Amino acid sequence: MQGLTRYKLIFLLPGLLILLGIILFPLIFTVRVSFSGWDAIRPGLDWIGGTNYGRLFADGRFWQSLSRLGAIAFTSVVLEYLLGFGLALLVWRQVKFRRITRVLFLIPMMTTPVVMAVIWRTIFHESLGPANDLAGMLGLGTIPWLTHSAWATVVVILVDVWQWTPFMFLLLLAGLLSLPKEPFLAAAIDGAGPIRTFFNVTFPAMAPISVGALIIRLIEASKIMETVYVITSGGPGTSTETSSYYIFIRGLRDFQIGYAAALSVTYLVIMIVLLTIIAKILTKTLVKPGA
Amino acid sequence: MLNFFKIFKVIAIVLWSAFVVAPFLWALTTSFKTANGVMGGATYLPWVDYEPSLAAWKGLFGSGAGSIDVVGPFTNSLIVTLSASAISLALGTLAAYGLSRFRYKVGPISNTDLTFFFISQRIMPPVVLAIPFFLMLGYFGLLDTIFGLIIVYVALLLPIAVWVMVDFFNNIPRELDETAMIDGCTPFEAFWRVILPNSLPGLVVAGIFCVVFGWNDFFFAFTLTFTNTQLLPVAIVSLNSSVTPWWSLSASALISVAPLIIVAFLVERYLEKGKISVASK
Repeated sequence: MQGLTRYKLIFLLPGLLILLGIILFPLIFTVRVSFSGWDAIRPGLDWIGGTNYGRLFADGRFWQSLSRLGAIAFTSVVLEYLLGFGLALLVWRQVKFRRITRVLFLIPMMTTPVVMAVIWRTIFHESLGPANDLAGMLGLGTIPWLTHSAWATVVVILVDVWQWTPFMFLLLLAGLLSLPKEPFLAAAIDGAGPIRTFFNVTFPAMAPISVGALIIRLIEASKIMETVYVITSGGPGTSTETSSYYIFIRGLRDFQIGYAAALSVTYLVIMIVLLTIIAKILTKTLVKPGA
Repeated sequence: MLNFFKIFKVIAIVLWSAFVVAPFLWALTTSFKTANGVMGGATYLPWVDYEPSLAAWKGLFGSGAGSIDVVGPFTNSLIVTLSASAISLALGTLAAYGLSRFRYKVGPISNTDLTFFFISQRIMPPVVLAIPFFLMLGYFGLLDTIFGLIIVYVALLLPIAVWVMVDFFNNIPRELDETAMIDGCTPFEAFWRVILPNSLPGLVVAGIFCVVFGWNDFFFAFTLTFTNTQLLPVAIVSLNSSVTPWWSLSASALISVAPLIIVAFLVERYLEKGKISVASK
């Protein structure tokens, strides 16, 4: 038994200790820093109590960035789910379509988000980019893609949808391909049309994987900042600034380390609580017991 | 009715495919342009709309005016990504094997909690870690070094390796290692000689995930390095200003995503063979 314990530790400990050292320790350190007034002028771990947290509650820019993040993440993920599911339903029964679309759809989710964002930025350039060329041809005139707050938000969502709809598509396609055949046969015998078959058979059977896919994407979407940084730099003004981006500006641009740490801790706690609640609600409403 | 559906299906797939490839085609055509092809508004077809030039592509390896040297950043990215992936894969495989085969119990903490601890690190927003990483790497004098970045990337990639490998080992029958141990192997020998040689598909998948995530990271490279150790995405984004010629930007962007497009084709072949079940992730 003594020997087995040694082996158990040999397997687990190296990875565990490294992860604890690289992630858990910095996190605890961040909590401590959030109670200090560490900034560019007075760097160091003094103790100023909850001052940073008090300031945070009155910081409208932070709360706006959170609600903006919620709107952007929610809209993107819902669009990705609907488009991904729709496309998966279109191709799942045909092998030929399946292989072509699958390789095509793998590419966006594997390519570097920031590098693609650099390309997207040239596409949405107001006078030189093809997006307005197209808009002009369609008679829409010149659209202020990156200089108008609503349009800039549309661009950020569009780029996210381009990149991550494939993820939904692949997960849902794999789900569709693993469904048992019998319920579909039964529905066909009952004379159910495609729409009724979808709502009575396909959708309930796909509910668990849908919940999983939605939650994974919501977690990833809640961190959005790189594409925002490249495409709009949070602008115009602060109209596309997400929470991560705001914390980045406070912490590593203004060097208000203590305050940024307090923002980080609050952001992390809010995200974990919200995502847990959303996961519970999704599981309850979509996954019916016995389905 | 059936025909209408078929036509709708083809149109939908063609439209979406066009949307997917549009940015790549745009970058490709832009990379052959010169100022004349860019400054007059959007142009698309070489020889028809503009006179193509190889200047941008040649500039990637030189240091002429308006050009970008991608060789250095590309090499840095390669070193950091591959080293961090290899370390994560080694540590992650060991930990995953332990979590899959043995029962751990420390107070109230058991196997499920330990596995969740590893995987849950993917939830952490990078910005939350960026500040302590910045302070700590600064304290150890590792800011702006390859070594510092590798440490950070291991933290990023280790959870992925554990996630994939725990799942993989759980699907390998326990009888395999038990037989080996009855034959006189120590647990480590059973792992090394019997299980590991049978784990190539899992290792390939975990490796691809690690390499893709490592190659694609921008934020940590961006906040933890300055000028000495530039990674490829950082080098490209730092050109993302209004003065940078679009042709150089496009050419360097394509160079940086080219390896990923090759990986995408490899992954698709695995998917069709059924070796990766995306559903189980």
